[in-house]
Amino acid sequence: MVALTRYVTKFGSLDQYEKGTLEIIDDDPKHYTYSNMYEVASISKPYEKVAVGKNMEYVLEVLRAEGASGWRTSGHDEFAIVMDGEVEVRLVKLDDPSVVAPDQKGSIALSGEPQGKKMGYVKARKGHMVLLPTGAAYQFHADKPGVILLQTIESRDTVYKWAEICQTIP
Amino acid sequence: MAVETAPEVQVESSEPNEHGYRTFRLGEFEFSRNEYFAYVRWPTGSHVMSADSFLKALQRDVAWDFFYGIVNFDGVVGTVNHYGTVDLFAGRYNDSYRKAELDHLDNFATPLIRETFKAMLDDWTNEGFDPFASPTETGSAFGVKRGDNRKAITRHRVTAKRMVGVPGDEQIRTDKNGFPVNRHFLDVPQDEPEVHAEPGFEKDVAAFNLFAYLSRSDVTWNPSVVSACKYSLACPTTEEYILPIIHGNDRVEWFVQLSDEIWWNVEDRDTGSARATVVMRPGDVASMPADIRHQGYAPKRSMLLVWENGNPDLPEMLSSGKLPPFAVDF
Repeated sequence: MVALTRYVTKFGSLDQYEKGTLEIIDDDPKHYTYSNMYEVASISKPYEKVAVGKNMEYVLEVLRAEGASGWRTSGHDEFAIVMDGEVEVRLVKLDDPSVVAPDQKGSIALSGEPQGKKMGYVKARKGHMVLLPTGAAYQFHADKPGVILLQTIESRDTVYKWAEICQTIP
Repeated sequence: MAVETAPEVQVESSEPNEHGYRTFRLGEFEFSRNEYFAYVRWPTGSHVMSADSFLKALQRDVAWDFFYGIVNFDGVVGTVNHYGTVDLFAGRYNDSYRKAELDHLDNFATPLIRETFKAMLDDWTNEGFDPFASPTETGSAFGVKRGDNRKAITRHRVTAKRMVGVPGDEQIRTDKNGFPVNRHFLDVPQDEPEVHAEPGFEKDVAAFNLFAYLSRSDVTWNPSVVSACKYSLACPTTEEYILPIIHGNDRVEWFVQLSDEIWWNVEDRDTGSARATVVMRPGDVASMPADIRHQGYAPKRSMLLVWENGNPDLPEMLSSGKLPPFAVDF
């Protein structure tokens, strides 16, 4: 008799994650910048922009979503994947587009509430990808702690703490 | 339906052999197959591969237009993309062949090798065999020539300009447009995000369920762009069984494990000697240095985010030493 397999897809979360392993044979473990985003988020401050990936000026940042973030804007599209929890993304079209220079790379923080027309909002849950469009101000809000993976370009607020988050010994 | 070929390129092939397959010549290389095996011959040697393994590798090389860097079909044969020309090699990245001076390399204008590979893939792929599918979701590659599978080997490759789901860009997958949920992902939630766009902002207020989108992928080991931030390309893919090529990148490449588990065997790019084994589980993030080659093993269909930097200047910056072969110096 053949047993029917019921496949279970395993995702991670802040509450439950299990790191894999980096087994070094003949290399330096630091060359693999091996970390786990849930572990990173578990030791991060709310909305701290911690780089877990970097390729020249481009970064993948992990944000611990908790409460309301400050408003930010960018001169290019960014993309947020909700990796845990539920996050509301609020968008405002800035009245003054010169707030961010067209060649500005990475996002900048805005002080206070942005001035402009409301574009709408997105309620995103685990696995959802949200466009943070160029020239828009955006704010995240999460009632409960969650995790966001952000595809963007490094900014002055990007936090690098590789030695703290990556495996450094074989 | 015929496979489209560039009219200015002359593909060199024979009449079908006793098994029904054409033999192809490309420079000093010759490719032939019979019921079970593909054979590669060059002036200083020859090599044999299982026909299904060869076709799975050939399919990726064709679909990815030779991808970034080196596509090793196995430890002997493969291609190097120079973005305009392509090296076809045997033994060049194999220590034993190099020491014995039996390795060989020809460089071709990309259209010639592209059209030759497309014609070979078309001729050697039998009806019912899908080189992109997992082993349990396809028919056999073996036997005498029977029909073709052009629909499978000429699939549209997703390359979102901005993001999947944005009006005018690549669209999400549904039952209606021919993408049912894969048997390994039946438990993946299919809910879509709540998108509330004010009038006039429908193109900028956008979101989609990436996990549901991936759960409906009908191919394995095929990174495809779902979002682009200038040269930063998010290329998620679903993986099952073994990556049919051994990828030697010409730039640093990043992996983010979204679901389940993949084992990566990491070897030196030039010699094939073992350097590391990386087992990635959900939430794990790792970079693959630019001087290695890697092959993945996924026991269950899993979701992997491959993150690439598409900057065309990177190969020169790395080969000239302006950039180190690893991602971060810390």
